[in-house]
Amino acid sequence: MLEIRGLKAGVKDKTILKGIDLTVNAGEVHAIMGPNGSGKSTLAQVIAGREQFEVSAGSVTYDGQDLLELAPEERACAGIFLAFQYPIEIPGVSNTYFLRSALNSQRRARGEQELDAFEFLDFIQDRMALLNLHEELLNRPVNEGFSGGEKKRNEIFQMAVLEPKLAVLDETDSGLDIDALRVVASGINSLRRDDNATIVVTHYQRLLNYVVPDFVHILVDGRIVRSGDRQLALDLEEQGYDRIAARAA
Amino acid sequence: MNSETETEMLREYTERDYQYGFVTDVETDSVPPGLNEEVIRFISARKREPKWLTEWRLEAYRHWLTMEEPHWANIKYDPIDYQDIIYYSAPKSSADGPKSLDEVDPELLATYEKLGIPLNEHEKLAGVAVDVVFDSVSVATTFKDQLAAQGIIFCSFSEAVQEHPELVRKYLGSVVPRSDNFFAALNSAVFTDGSFAYIPKGVECPMDLSTYFRINAAKTGQFERTLIIADEGSCVSYLEGCTAPMRDENQLHAAVVELIALDDASIKYSTVQNWYPGNEEGVGGIFNFVTKRGACRGTNSRISWTQVETGSAITWKYPSCILQGDNSVGEFYSIALSAKRQQADTGTKMIHIGRNTRSTIISKGISAQRGQNSYRGQVKILKNADGARNYSQCDSLLIGDQCGAHTFPNLDIQNSSAHVEHEASTSRIGEDQLFYCQQRGLSLEDSINLIVNGFCKEVFRELPMEFAVEAQKLLEVSLEGSVG
Repeated sequence: MLEIRGLKAGVKDKTILKGIDLTVNAGEVHAIMGPNGSGKSTLAQVIAGREQFEVSAGSVTYDGQDLLELAPEERACAGIFLAFQYPIEIPGVSNTYFLRSALNSQRRARGEQELDAFEFLDFIQDRMALLNLHEELLNRPVNEGFSGGEKKRNEIFQMAVLEPKLAVLDETDSGLDIDALRVVASGINSLRRDDNATIVVTHYQRLLNYVVPDFVHILVDGRIVRSGDRQLALDLEEQGYDRIAARAA
Repeated sequence: MNSETETEMLREYTERDYQYGFVTDVETDSVPPGLNEEVIRFISARKREPKWLTEWRLEAYRHWLTMEEPHWANIKYDPIDYQDIIYYSAPKSSADGPKSLDEVDPELLATYEKLGIPLNEHEKLAGVAVDVVFDSVSVATTFKDQLAAQGIIFCSFSEAVQEHPELVRKYLGSVVPRSDNFFAALNSAVFTDGSFAYIPKGVECPMDLSTYFRINAAKTGQFERTLIIADEGSCVSYLEGCTAPMRDENQLHAAVVELIALDDASIKYSTVQNWYPGNEEGVGGIFNFVTKRGACRGTNSRISWTQVETGSAITWKYPSCILQGDNSVGEFYSIALSAKRQQADTGTKMIHIGRNTRSTIISKGISAQRGQNSYRGQVKILKNADGARNYSQCDSLLIGDQCGAHTFPNLDIQNSSAHVEHEASTSRIGEDQLFYCQQRGLSLEDSINLIVNGFCKEVFRELPMEFAVEAQKLLEVSLEGSVG
């Protein structure tokens, strides 16, 4: 589904990603772990198409097409979803209106019928329940006045509604208490299918207790220094990045 | 996005064309450019005005001669040559006054159709009575008979002078005196037409009254005069829309609007202003110097101004309320967009005189490209205005990095029991907001519209439903390509 080869990217004169190789197949969950500043979020944003990062080398192929050629909204319509580490506030725009506009924009791009306000409300009912989201949250402006936990739940709710093929979750566990973490994790798990894939970017292994990855990659200084299965995350927790990274080097 | 992309987007934005820039070819009857007492007498005679009004105009003119054009606003423009303006221009066919729509020049009707104005009475499903001002003469007023059945007078200003001189004489200049300011004095001397509405005691006007202004002839100044009187216990909603064709030279528009609300009366005045803004180099466009003021004369009266200003090269406009009656309420809701090289200096004055008077100011300024947007407002609470309250909120939104937003609030509080709140914010449409929207699948343009509409929401809410839709579209059109 996603093939990253020799990817180098950064801002102006600073290279952040220094040659990434990663293959993600349908049905898989990949965890990308790494210390602060290792380039985890940059990788997530490059996949989503953020223009402030310049790709200087390498390729990213998604479903057979050159992903780097596509605008952010084209990637979204092709099924790529980024759950933001810091979800953005949009004052004056209700959460429902925003999400319906987004969904309809994607449906239009796929040649599907748009949903009107009532159809949309039906469509989101069980997804709201999944994330334990209050109706009141739907009518509030996007992310404005949301608590940290509400923002993260709202991100996964959007993911549940938009049904992406490839979801990239950027530090979705940060700032969540244990109850909220469980809700968010069960939301993510219930969206797992054979035909979609998830990349979980995280600093800690605790989310991986709930969202169990098939592969774990350790990113240090813009390179994947080790890949392995779930055990790698557990080792990491025990030994710390320094030792794991040192052993890799 | 990086600054290069932004510049690119701004360029696309700039290259949008003014959608209403067509010129109607109608024979006009106009005076040569220039202003003197003779021209004023000509206008007055052409309109068969009573002697007192001719004198009223001449006195305004003589006073105007002693005044200087004000330059305190945050706007820059080349000097206006007042002797190079045509002060009277009427479509010829209406010299005798069209009696019905059948007599209106078909080309004129076609113009309105292009503008999407439902002039044809049969198409008036919307239930809006329209008084159309084309250059200087009011062409046709629809729905007049239906309104007349309830005693509501809604007609062109000229007609009101003929048919209801006592009302005109009583109220004209009573809110905006002839000597009020340079442009008001000029308007008082040379106004050619406009709208007049009178809502009798206890009557709730059953439909929104509407005027559509359009400036057509070249080098023409448009000086309309609007007077709306809501008698005791009455209620009216008035809509005003404006467009002008594209021309290289600047056209002057100096209108005066006076509103009077007596005891328990309420007036809601909504404007969507879409005059030609000039091109991206700042050539052409309307100079809009307008004086709008409402007097809440009666107790419990209410005047509410809502404006969506997307057009004009220059906007100089401060719709104000004089809150004279006890418990009276003044409101000002404004969206002002300055793109291309537009300059807007707009805001309001709330003068609290009566007891327990309340006012609300919500101003949303949007600047894009090289636009300059200034909010200028005054809240004045006089000595005897016990228990007065004001809430002001002025928000500015910047799109791109070559535009400007400025705020000039002025609070003058002479009564210690007053509650006055002022909030202000300035923000940029963030690259992160745009990316967030795009990542969810919205195009860049839809993302901008979504964010701008969210920013303006509090004001859209105040507009009558249909007008709100139109305003929203207008904003979208004006913003298209602006960050694209």
